[in-house]
Amino acid sequence: MNVFDIMGPIMVGPSSSHTAGAVRIGYTARQLLREEIKSAKLYLHGSFLATGKGHGTDKALIAGLLGIKPDDERIIQSFDLAKERGMEYSFEGIELKGAHPNSVLLKLEGVRGTQLELVASSIGGGLIVINQIDGVKADITASYPTLIIHNVDEPGHVSMVATILGQQAVNIATMHIYRDKRGGNAVMIIECDQEVTPDTIAMLRSTSGIKKVTYLSMEEEHEF
Amino acid sequence: MSFRSLDEIVSKCEEQKKPFWRIILEDDMEERMVSAEESMKLMEKLYLTMKSADASYDDKLMSSSRLVGQDGARMDRAVREGKVIGGDFIGVVIAKALKMGESNACMKKIVAAPTAGSCGVIPAVLLTYEEKYQVPLERMLEAMYVASGIGEVIAERASLSGAAGGCQAEIGSASAMAAGALAYLNGGDNLSIIHAAAMSLKNLLGLVCDTVGGLVEVPCVKRNVVGAVNAIASADMAVAGIVSRIPPDEVIDAMREVGEALPKSLRETGEGGLAATPTGQEVMKHIIR
Ligand code: SF4
Repeated sequence: MNVFDIMGPIMVGPSSSHTAGAVRIGYTARQLLREEIKSAKLYLHGSFLATGKGHGTDKALIAGLLGIKPDDERIIQSFDLAKERGMEYSFEGIELKGAHPNSVLLKLEGVRGTQLELVASSIGGGLIVINQIDGVKADITASYPTLIIHNVDEPGHVSMVATILGQQAVNIATMHIYRDKRGGNAVMIIECDQEVTPDTIAMLRSTSGIKKVTYLSMEEEHEF
Repeated sequence: MSFRSLDEIVSKCEEQKKPFWRIILEDDMEERMVSAEESMKLMEKLYLTMKSADASYDDKLMSSSRLVGQDGARMDRAVREGKVIGGDFIGVVIAKALKMGESNACMKKIVAAPTAGSCGVIPAVLLTYEEKYQVPLERMLEAMYVASGIGEVIAERASLSGAAGGCQAEIGSASAMAAGALAYLNGGDNLSIIHAAAMSLKNLLGLVCDTVGGLVEVPCVKRNVVGAVNAIASADMAVAGIVSRIPPDEVIDAMREVGEALPKSLRETGEGGLAATPTGQEVMKHIIR
């Protein structure tokens, strides 16, 4: 904990969990998709559904999806901005089993056709966790550059990925491995201490057994 | 590494013969591996954002639930017309605390200090003090470090979240932070700083979080006022040489214990207290989508 965990952040109100955290969820989802969003379906759960409207959670999520950050006063106008930019969106309520009270399921489609589905929670103080990505369990805090690698569940892929990252001088901060069943689909979630370059990502993508590589950069990108 | 007790900060001040704020600043430099200038720059950004948030208060806005808004302007008018009992200083503090709380509820930019719900307490007293006594910016930033140091210890020993500890953890902590900062600005020594914080927190011990409809509006906006005014009273007592009979760190521990004993319905669930009143319930029905 440091001084600026106590004083700050600078944010648009009213709530660090229901507003600032919600903007971060939208923003992070956009960074993961890495394209302008054509359509977004949002399913609100728990307290996001019950008190979300009064906290501006709906506007905050849309603002994030448009690339707006938690301290930007345009959050309140995000519905109009979405219309201007031609982003379609819809809201529904949902009951997500066992989810944190401040959770949302997002189904996104980008202008180039990429699709992404994720469940994320706002856990207080503006901090968030992505709990599920494309149907697979995850645990992403979006505080580090993060690689999400889908691979076939066979021996050797994890060490291969670790070797490539090591050669490229990327230090692994944390690594989690999830799979649906033995020999089925597996996902590696790797939080890194350094940014991963596009070349390294391309290298990972061309490795056999790797099906999909998604990268969450901590560098700001408003345009794709 | 953050400090586990206010006593620890004070003894470090004495050992190193450095002021309270300097010890907190150096802790940040070590923790985040930054220079004094870099740390100060960030603190300046926060303080100036508080200032611009106060200046850009919009007296026409109402929150989306329409429960709060425009009261800061009402208070300003009363001060201008000389209708306040506690004099201009307290009058302006009340107005500023309302304005920041309302701006937060109306989705304007604020500085969480320590939380969004309690964002009005610290700026209300610091900005008013700066205006009245023409204090140089640098000294105001030192006061911000004093406030942050107190907040760090409270976060470490108890909590700063209404969901965990009730409103005493949010408005109470903000008030303690503000009281210490004011004691420093008004010439208090290290002991006055921590005793101002202790008295401030003591006075709000047991305050529950009972937001109507679960929104950061009622009672939050007006509780920023009580946090700010309480901070002034506590700082004045401390600088006058009055001490908290219960040592500051023990007061913080008591706050944690009280917080743990509070039922869930009084910890940011929007279920008990004011939220459970007939009017609170009525309001709730209208805001649920
Ligand atoms: S009532 Fe609850 S939400 Fe409002 S300021 Fe107090 S702790 Fe924060």
